[in-house]
Amino acid sequence: MKHQNSFVHDTGSLSKLTIHQLADRYANGALTCDGLLHDLSAAIRSRDRDQRQIRAYINFDSIRPIRREVPKASKLWGIPIAVKDNLCVAGEETTCGSKILKGFISPYHATVVEKLLNAGAVIFGRTNQDEFAFGSSCETSCYGPTRNPRDPERVPGGSSGGSAACVADHTAIAALGSDTGGSIRQPASFCGVVGMKPTYGRVSRYGLIAFASSLDQIGPITKDVRDNALFLNVIAGHDPKDSTSADVPVPDYSDFLGRSIQGMRIGIAAPVQTPILENAVKVLKSLGAKVEALSLPHIAYAVSVYYIVAPAEASSNLARFDGVRFGFRDKSAPSLLEMYEHTRGQGFGAEAKRRIILGTYSLSSGYYDAYYLHAMKVRTKIKNDFDAAFKKVDAILSPTAPSPAFKLGEKAASPLEMYLSDIYTIPANLAGVPALSVPGGTDHSTGGKDLPLGLQFIGKPFDEGTLYQLAYAFEQATDYHKRLGNVC
Amino acid sequence: MLTTVGLEVHVQLDSKTKIFCGCRIQFGGAPNSRTCPVCLGLPGALPVLNRRVFDLGLRAVLALSGTISKKIKFDRKNYYYPDLPKGYQISQWDCPLGRGGFVELDSGKKIRLNRAHLEEDAGKLIHDQSPDTSLVDLNRAGTPLLEIVTEPDLENPAEAYEYLSHLKTILKAVGVSECDMEKGQLRCDANVSVRNAASDPLGKRVEIKNLNSFKAVKAALEFEVTRQTEAFEKGVALTQETRLWDDKLQKTFSMRSKEEANDYRYFPEPDLVPFTVSEEEIKTARAEFSKWELPRQKKERFAKQYGLSDYDACLLSGQDDVALFFEETVKLSKNAKAAANWIIGPVFAYLGSKGVTLNQTKLTANHLSKIYQLVEKGRMSFQAAKDNVFAEVIANGLDPETVMKEKHLEQVSEDGALIEWIAEVMQANPKVVDDFRSGKPSAAQFLVGQVMKKSKGKANPGKAKDLLLIKLKEI
Repeated sequence: MKHQNSFVHDTGSLSKLTIHQLADRYANGALTCDGLLHDLSAAIRSRDRDQRQIRAYINFDSIRPIRREVPKASKLWGIPIAVKDNLCVAGEETTCGSKILKGFISPYHATVVEKLLNAGAVIFGRTNQDEFAFGSSCETSCYGPTRNPRDPERVPGGSSGGSAACVADHTAIAALGSDTGGSIRQPASFCGVVGMKPTYGRVSRYGLIAFASSLDQIGPITKDVRDNALFLNVIAGHDPKDSTSADVPVPDYSDFLGRSIQGMRIGIAAPVQTPILENAVKVLKSLGAKVEALSLPHIAYAVSVYYIVAPAEASSNLARFDGVRFGFRDKSAPSLLEMYEHTRGQGFGAEAKRRIILGTYSLSSGYYDAYYLHAMKVRTKIKNDFDAAFKKVDAILSPTAPSPAFKLGEKAASPLEMYLSDIYTIPANLAGVPALSVPGGTDHSTGGKDLPLGLQFIGKPFDEGTLYQLAYAFEQATDYHKRLGNVC
Repeated sequence: MLTTVGLEVHVQLDSKTKIFCGCRIQFGGAPNSRTCPVCLGLPGALPVLNRRVFDLGLRAVLALSGTISKKIKFDRKNYYYPDLPKGYQISQWDCPLGRGGFVELDSGKKIRLNRAHLEEDAGKLIHDQSPDTSLVDLNRAGTPLLEIVTEPDLENPAEAYEYLSHLKTILKAVGVSECDMEKGQLRCDANVSVRNAASDPLGKRVEIKNLNSFKAVKAALEFEVTRQTEAFEKGVALTQETRLWDDKLQKTFSMRSKEEANDYRYFPEPDLVPFTVSEEEIKTARAEFSKWELPRQKKERFAKQYGLSDYDACLLSGQDDVALFFEETVKLSKNAKAAANWIIGPVFAYLGSKGVTLNQTKLTANHLSKIYQLVEKGRMSFQAAKDNVFAEVIANGLDPETVMKEKHLEQVSEDGALIEWIAEVMQANPKVVDDFRSGKPSAAQFLVGQVMKKSKGKANPGKAKDLLLIKLKEI
């Protein structure tokens, strides 16, 4: 009780801590879980809906902790985790930011949620996202947009915008996101936090409401690299409920932190040399890494391939939202066909409809060979480019996004421009390889506030450890993650 | 006119659990009681292939002499219907589990198979609970099916019927499916067209659905052949369409034309990882398969091993329970001929008259072999055994010897009693005795009959005849 009282006059300070800092406090008895949750609730109440209108959480006023009795020595004991709205949590409304799923209460936990609960973590709050993860700005949610805590005029990125924003705004310790074409890394870049898209198959997708099944991966969004490594260790591993999850041993990622990067080979394939990238090369070289230019000839087609494959899978994955068994239904429809049409017509937003139509078209008889099959062939070539590159280098370095966070509404009118904001992140999804975004510096070009920019490390399949090793070395040699620790 | 028929048969594989989740498969049950997030198609749920279903599929392909695909891959067949929870059915499109193979008809004609592929079943709609709503029961959703498609090799409805019977017998024999049509474990769609001559291209294909029995398949095809032939002869153009069979009216009705056909937008199922079947695995499957005996092999073995005619071997090997019973009976009695005669004779007559299967009776191999052993040993006449003892044994499961004794049917073979009956018969029929003695040997047969009658059937007829002849020649 003594500990709990000490938080009351110290509201909000605990929520600024990282997972490993909190774990230390638990270990030396300076903290109780209830105290932490109390502090975090207060932080969410005071910050999420203040005049900035960040709105990272969709269930702002009804957040309840979900936890399990497990030994206190468990890896994430007492650590609250915010969860993206496309991950099933038993007993909770899970909507993917879509009206069509309003009222759907999942009867089961996603495997990642199970793993978090078994590791002692507390599921605490659901975060906003683009509807069905279709977007790069977190503007297409049926709950309205989330804003960037670094500059509320700007988007937090997407689709895991809510997860990145709450971590950046210190209304969460860490959060779960999902990444189909950059949905963890691009918002991490925009908000100045650390986001990992693991290797396809590294983390079970069971309970993740599918966008594009062959591209989706769940991953952690955290305040620093150490937290990210800790977090991934808990959620990674084979799951018999997901046929695409890989039966590959999971190393202790913390072991990679602090290892020298002397002699490690880093490839650069980006056509444009940005100041952020140049600075990163300088830092990494000073730490002993070798940096070399690299050719990935087919990644120029990555965005085109992605916008065939992802909508095709999405058009099929979203077929189950038909008003028959759960979620929204137009009850006034006079016939079955009209029930389908009205339910989906009213339930889906504009971007969801656009992608369903795109995907249905490219799978249709007569177009399948020209679009889907063709795209799948190019996808294989992109994967082969990466395979060849990783024979020469340990990791590939690039910016995470072509620009810092843009303004709300700036790209909403032009889907193509919006799609291009994922130009650096999409290739890793197509190739199934892991990629990590860490704060790489700030951008002053917009004239206003310093906006964070992410640096992306792409690695070999199942070699997340090397990415953590590199990113941790970079993070320790710079102060970007700390500099951005204080939000406006 | 020439008729061309092709059949698409859906067979429910005999797995305890569903194809992509662990839910139990059972006929009937409270609606939606055997479901989980996977077979309900809930958001976020993912399929995992049931290994046993795959193995049963392999066995079926081998039993039908097909080739196993090296690459196993699933595809999504996209369409909307309330009984299809995900909005797509997981099926196999361009890499079916099996290709080729055949089913041989009695004539020796081989009906070639095009393919056999795995897929999941849909749920069921219930329309009779309320006037303005339909309900969905997803207990059946995710039940494993093997779809077996023939080449257009069937030339008339009778062949289609025979093909189905053979297919069912084969799949049942190797334990792949129970093939119970009443429980929906075997469903059939038929494609039929007519043309004037073999040199003409195939006519417009009509698909017939809602065929709920082999009889319905035959009747529907007969109806369609007549309808199409009449149209052809009148010069009315036929259209490629799907028609529904109405079993009550014994007619087909148009359901939809080709123009309205669905575009299923097949594409590879990304939730299931394609895998290859190695030579080693195919070898193992073959070794595993070799312990099963196909109906044809069993028939040939019965004929050879037990010295049966082809016809008898066919009758005795056709049904699993009968074949097993026959072999057990032979093992106990070492008399295949008697076992065969008794099963094909009295046993089949009983099953036919009661409309039951052998497994539904109380007859055991032990009891049947005992019955005819009692006859062989002369302790009971064949007639008494067949008419009085057998019926009791098969109906009530009683011991044959006990029945024989209780009914006082044991044959009398002692000379004393027989001689007494013979003397009485000879005394009562002096004219017949004279006939015999004046050179009419057939008269003895009548006298034996009289002895049997006098003894109320208990006299051992062989023994009685021997003694009678001695007595007749004694004077």
